[in-house]
This record gives sequence, C-alpha cells and structure tokens, in this order.
Amino acid sequence: MRNALLCVALLVVLGCLLYVSVNPGDFGVSRGEHLAFGEPKYTDMDDYFIHNGQNQTGANNIVTSIVFDYRGYDTIGEASVLFTAVLGVGVALRELRKRRDKNDE
Amino acid sequence: MMSKIVRTQASFLYTFILIFGFYIVAHGHLTPGGGFQGGAVIATGIALIAVAFNFSNVKRWIKKTHLTAAEGIGLLTFLITALIGIGTSFFYNWLANSGLIFGQRVSYGVNPGYLNTAGTLPVMNLAVGIEVFGGLGVIILYMLNYVKEVRNDAS
Repeated sequence: MRNALLCVALLVVLGCLLYVSVNPGDFGVSRGEHLAFGEPKYTDMDDYFIHNGQNQTGANNIVTSIVFDYRGYDTIGEASVLFTAVLGVGVALRELRKRRDKNDE
Repeated sequence: MMSKIVRTQASFLYTFILIFGFYIVAHGHLTPGGGFQGGAVIATGIALIAVAFNFSNVKRWIKKTHLTAAEGIGLLTFLITALIGIGTSFFYNWLANSGLIFGQRVSYGVNPGYLNTAGTLPVMNLAVGIEVFGGLGVIILYMLNYVKEVRNDAS
C-alpha cells in the first residue's frame, strides 16, 4: 500500500516536471509576450555573461568568473561535499582500525 | 618501496608536479583550470611519493595533521572571502576593479592576460586549491594506512 502510494506520488511529480520542461510558461519572458506550447524559452543570460563578465570581474576566464563569482553557492556546495567525503573516509577507516584492535585482544 | 630508478625519478618529478599544480591554481582566472583541478594535480604528487617510497618514510614526511589543517584553512579562507562582500551581497567581488591587489581594470575584448586582475577570484582559487590538496592528500594517507594494515595481516 505504501509502495503504491509512493509510486503514484513519484509519477505525479514526474508528470509535473515533464510538463514544465516542455511548457515553461510565461516565467522570465518579457511583458506582452506569450510562448506557445513546447516552444523553448529564450533567455539572454549567456549573452549577459559573455558581454559583461570581463568588465565586472576582470577575469579572462568566463568559466571561473561564473563558478567563483556569479554562482559561488555552487562552489561552496562542492567544497562542502569534498570536506564531507574526507570526513567520511576518516571516520570509516578509523572505525575499522579500532574494531580490529579489539578483536586482537 | 620501488626500485632506485623509480625513486630517483619520483623525487625529480615531484618538484615539477608541484610547480604545475600551483601554476594551474594561480592562473585559474586566465587559463582553463582553477582551484579544484590544481589541487588535484598537487595531490597527485603526494600519490606519486606514496607509491614510490616506503610507507613509514611517507608517513614521517607528510603529516596528516598538516593536511587536515590545510583543508580547514582553505575552506575558512574561502568562506571569509565570500563573507567580506556581504555588504552588497554574499560572494560579491569586492576586490575587482578596485585598484588594490588583484584589482586591475580589464575592458571587454582581447588582452594578453594580466595576473593582477579578477579581484577575489584568485584568492578563492588559492583557497580552494589548498583545500582540495589537503582533502585528497588526507584521503590518500588514510587509504595508505589501510593498505599497510592489510599487508601486515597477510604476511
């Protein structure tokens, strides 16, 4: 019963995501414009980065200026993931060693 | 421990691997690469030393506490650099175009690539490079401990 409910809920979420991906609606579209169903949304985000990134950050490498400046939260996440991975490795191997010492005694 | 040829080559190549890694980190805002990639290259140097030399020697040369300290310091530097710009917004580039260190102005178009640009990006690249180097180095040392224990059990 619970599995069936879970399946239905996941299918509903999948349906919503698929609908939104093919029909983005009017979000981010300039006023007065309307997108037909299935038409990809036009954005000027990439043009903005290419034309203003060098002026605003001073970096020649647009990728670095996006990763470390415009989308810095992303990089915080990556750094935290690495930190957590190191923590996990340390905890796992330390635990292993302690258990073996106990078995030896 | 490997043969003498491998050990000599490893101690010779180690320097160049470190230099290449720091080059990638320092030029992260000009060329492809950056903190993560450069830190991984530097950690490769530690892996080379660990493969080529005796385990006890490696553990004596490369201290685990130093690497964990490097990781913590890197992450803290990254967060503090991001927090200083919080007057405008989190991750605001408060050093760019300011005329201070890393503050040289750059206009849109082709330029030869000046090192003294990009504001907080080189600082953050350096911080992330140190952090990745420490993290991957610690992982290598932990695994090395485990490998040694397995070998002792087998013999």
